[in-house]
Amino acid sequence: MDSNIKMHTQALDFFYGAFQALYNISIDFIENQVTALIGPSGCGKSTYLRCLNRMNDLIPGILVKGQTMLDSQDIYNPSVDVVSLRRRVGMVFQKPNPFPKTIFENIAYGLRVNGIKDKAKITQIVEKSLKQAAIWDEVKDRLNESALGLSGGQQQRLCIARALAVDPEVLLMDEPASALDPIATQKIEELISTLSSKLTIIIVTHNMQQAARVSDRTAFFYMGKLIEVNDTDILFTKPELKQTEDYITGRFG
Amino acid sequence: MIKRRLQIQTIAFGFLKAAGLLNGVALMIIVYFMLSRGWSAISWEFLTQPPKDSMTAGGILPCIMGTISLCLMTILVSLPIGVASAIYLNEYASQGRIVRIIRLGINNLAGVPSIVFGLFGLAFFCIVLKMGVSIAAGGLTLGIMTLPVIIGASEEALKAVPDTYREASLAMGATKWQTIRKVVLPAAFPGIITGSILGLSRAAGETAPIMYTGAVFFTPELPGSILDEVMALPYHIYVLATAGTNIETTRHLQYGTALVLIVLVFGMNLAAIILRSKMRKKLRI
Repeated sequence: MDSNIKMHTQALDFFYGAFQALYNISIDFIENQVTALIGPSGCGKSTYLRCLNRMNDLIPGILVKGQTMLDSQDIYNPSVDVVSLRRRVGMVFQKPNPFPKTIFENIAYGLRVNGIKDKAKITQIVEKSLKQAAIWDEVKDRLNESALGLSGGQQQRLCIARALAVDPEVLLMDEPASALDPIATQKIEELISTLSSKLTIIIVTHNMQQAARVSDRTAFFYMGKLIEVNDTDILFTKPELKQTEDYITGRFG
Repeated sequence: MIKRRLQIQTIAFGFLKAAGLLNGVALMIIVYFMLSRGWSAISWEFLTQPPKDSMTAGGILPCIMGTISLCLMTILVSLPIGVASAIYLNEYASQGRIVRIIRLGINNLAGVPSIVFGLFGLAFFCIVLKMGVSIAAGGLTLGIMTLPVIIGASEEALKAVPDTYREASLAMGATKWQTIRKVVLPAAFPGIITGSILGLSRAAGETAPIMYTGAVFFTPELPGSILDEVMALPYHIYVLATAGTNIETTRHLQYGTALVLIVLVFGMNLAAIILRSKMRKKLRI
């Protein structure tokens, strides 16, 4: 069983200066599964997600304690190169944030910064990534147009394609559908299911139906603490704790 | 009650509108004066010949070329240093003591009177660095004077680049420098260029910083190297209007020179606006 744990944290504490935002979080993320992080606003789920690719490093005055393991390596070990870590652990953000470049260049960017120069190879990976993100058919005739001309839902799938282009092992998604309409949301959810056959996905979501639909496992956060984590069908039908049950049935939060 | 409030609103709006219109009116009066008094001086000869007969006749070509040379030198000095400083301050530096000192320095640099820059340039570039009165010394002096403007404009442009671009780039395994060079700078470029040209057009019209460092009373030669001294449009106006051989008979030449200077500056501002809208279009759609 242990062999297919792709990523896990052990007793992770997180501080913004003197303020402790996360307490003692231990979660295992199983390879090629989707894990959803749910909880009310301000519960720390996004902060936790951003610990997993060290995006929080950008904020001055933060402190992370405990272990955060990717395969068998602690990603906060001083010997770890943050740049290559972030290539292995990709991220999709809440608001679609394509670069003000062409559709092609948006995807090619990650390849170029990682040192791939071969034009044919870049073209091939761009096509493959756009296909993986189920947006190829919509954009294949306009690859040289600005990505900012796409609709919100298309932009978000483009951002997923962009993240996939550098071939990450883990994909972090921070409420990827919260800014989208229901149809675009459905497309993103279908995409998550398809991608999980090849990737380990960790998704933060406000939407409990979404967590129930897309995830294999769900972790419930409240006030910076991990309340309960279990297989999604168990957590949503027979939660162990009253607090979890109250939240998923909409009694608070 | 309501009626009174509406009346007050009408008065307030009227006042604001008048203040806005005043800007346009002031500009139109200036342009009108320059055109009506200087237009008669403008001719092909005026634009393509050096002055003659003790500067009471002939043209102002050396002044035009001198001002353009000084501008080129200025931008060569201030654009790289200014943009680099802005990147350092906005993207790299952690907000601590050193950055506070640098910012204090930049803000005070912006407040230094232009004549003080002129004296500094004379003492440091012309004498200590032995550049003499030259394009190099004048351009360096103007360049330092323009730095705060370029840093300010560049920082504003960098701040306007959404953090989500930086995050997206870093999240893909780009280094901070790759992120700045390939994502942040291209997005900030229109703003940087516009601000820089506006700063430069201000510098083009300055007299005090160049009167000891770059510009001379009279030289029929066109600039050949950056160590040459030059004539310059603003200094030429100053000379004709205060120290010329015959101030009254050269009046139309003074207005004509001023008109050329204004057209040059407007041209630069217009170029900045066109360039910005073109680059924005290229970035967006």
